[in-house]
Amino acid sequence: MASSIRVRAILNGDTTDVQTLIQHPMDTGLVKDAKGEVIPAHYIQQLSFEHNGKAVFLADWGTAVSKDPYVKFAFKGAAKGDELKVSWVDNQGATDSLTAKIQ
Amino acid sequence: MTASFGPSVTRRLIIKGAAVVALVGFGHKLLGPWPALAAANDKYPEDAFKQKGAPDAIKALYGRDHEASDKVKLDAPEIAENGGVVPISVTTTLPDVTSISFIVSENPSALAASYKIPPGTVPAVANRLKMAKTSNVIVLVEAGGKLYSATKEVKVTVGGCGG
Amino acid sequence: MRARFALSLVVTALALGAVTAAATAADRPDPAADAKAFRDFFVKKFPKVKFEDFVNGPYSMNEDMRRQWEDKEQFPPYEFALEAGKEMFGTPFKNGKSYADCFANGGIGVRQTYPYFDEQEGKVVTLELALNKCRETNGEAPYSYVKDEMASLTAYMAYTSRGKPFDIKIPNDPRALEAYEKGKEYFYTRRGQLNFSCASCHVQNPGERIRAEILAPAIGILNAMPIYRSEWSGMGTISRRFTTCNSQIRGVPLEPQSDEYRDLEYYLSYVSNGLPISGPGARP
Repeated sequence: MASSIRVRAILNGDTTDVQTLIQHPMDTGLVKDAKGEVIPAHYIQQLSFEHNGKAVFLADWGTAVSKDPYVKFAFKGAAKGDELKVSWVDNQGATDSLTAKIQ
Repeated sequence: MTASFGPSVTRRLIIKGAAVVALVGFGHKLLGPWPALAAANDKYPEDAFKQKGAPDAIKALYGRDHEASDKVKLDAPEIAENGGVVPISVTTTLPDVTSISFIVSENPSALAASYKIPPGTVPAVANRLKMAKTSNVIVLVEAGGKLYSATKEVKVTVGGCGG
Repeated sequence: MRARFALSLVVTALALGAVTAAATAADRPDPAADAKAFRDFFVKKFPKVKFEDFVNGPYSMNEDMRRQWEDKEQFPPYEFALEAGKEMFGTPFKNGKSYADCFANGGIGVRQTYPYFDEQEGKVVTLELALNKCRETNGEAPYSYVKDEMASLTAYMAYTSRGKPFDIKIPNDPRALEAYEKGKEYFYTRRGQLNFSCASCHVQNPGERIRAEILAPAIGILNAMPIYRSEWSGMGTISRRFTTCNSQIRGVPLEPQSDEYRDLEYYLSYVSNGLPISGPGARP
């Protein structure tokens, strides 16, 4: 099955610009469905980015992060062709991970 | 309008060839590579996310007061086109930034997101947040052991007939 | 003061006279003249908007909204639907054929020619209709017209036509002309409890707010379709937009792809000829 994670990691000078879009409902647990039943909270809690085994960015998310969450950041010290590993875990214990090459 | 789409061929091959992520020990691996931070800081700040108002959320997350700083630049719209997806970002010229967090005061739980900035990472974050209604958005920047902030009111309106 | 008032009366009379004269002269529908008048109206009303920018709807009308949209376009919310659409489009049917077999140029870079008037069927054929026809011809069940797979497929096909100008043709066939005229009539007819016509919002008040939303100009309004709407938290097709719009003015929505909607799409697409396809798009 295709990963939920889409990532673009592009080297600009000595800085790698990273953008991520993740397919995830990020349900708040406050919304009712058509039948009037509450849709349970289902949201990514932690998202991490690792380069050369070292974490370069860690996100702690709550339910107020938008559906199909997006985040952008940048870090130094990488080279073209290096790998960037993106991983997340949600409140229901599901996880996903993707390794991308820095362009 | 020139948004690229789809993974590059290279990335597709990598995805296809990538080994299955071992779930056993995943939690440890997630927390592992944070040598500079105390172990306690790696935990998901569950308590802070449970707090209703901004002051309580900030207290639970950082446990200290914050001071407004013009070195923290918060970028958010005047009127959100849709409260479900509000693009909000921050940049700062403060040195030694270790953490950046976003608060939406009028949300059911004020803390929206918190980011850890290890050394070597640029102290800037862009994300998309949900806003329940017109509210102050507060961005907190932990730098050199002190806490700084910037605040902006973002209006959120009920959607009409649509454009 | 009196002289000025008298002068304004004269000017109005002359203008009305000119309109009446034009109307009398135009016993025959003249789509080309309509399209030019439509274009001129919006260009005159919004002299600061670059013509191609009209396809960006409310974002061509409001700077604060535009910034939010540009920010999100860096990694747009329709990304997943687009990817899914590409995959779906390339997946053969059970009988071994695929969507490419149903369309000119394998379905790549053709979206701007839809809808067209099918002289054999004697009706307007939209892209959505053509896709389901392709499915049914090849033994597959049709998709819902409003979202999900249909939105993904049309998103992909629109993407392959990005930048290509709308190129809608009205053949020299009285039935085609009639369909165009019906679409035009639908566009300008008031309906629903709110008694709005499409024109009430999109010709008379583009750039203005209705409740909290900024209205898009009618010209180029279909160019970004299908769209990811934050309001829907998902994708929607032209069918979805037409039906929800009818509901929002407290009218009774018609069936997706009904004659009226297809004729309306024919009219709206034709008068936007020359404007580039920008779909798939994102909207509030």
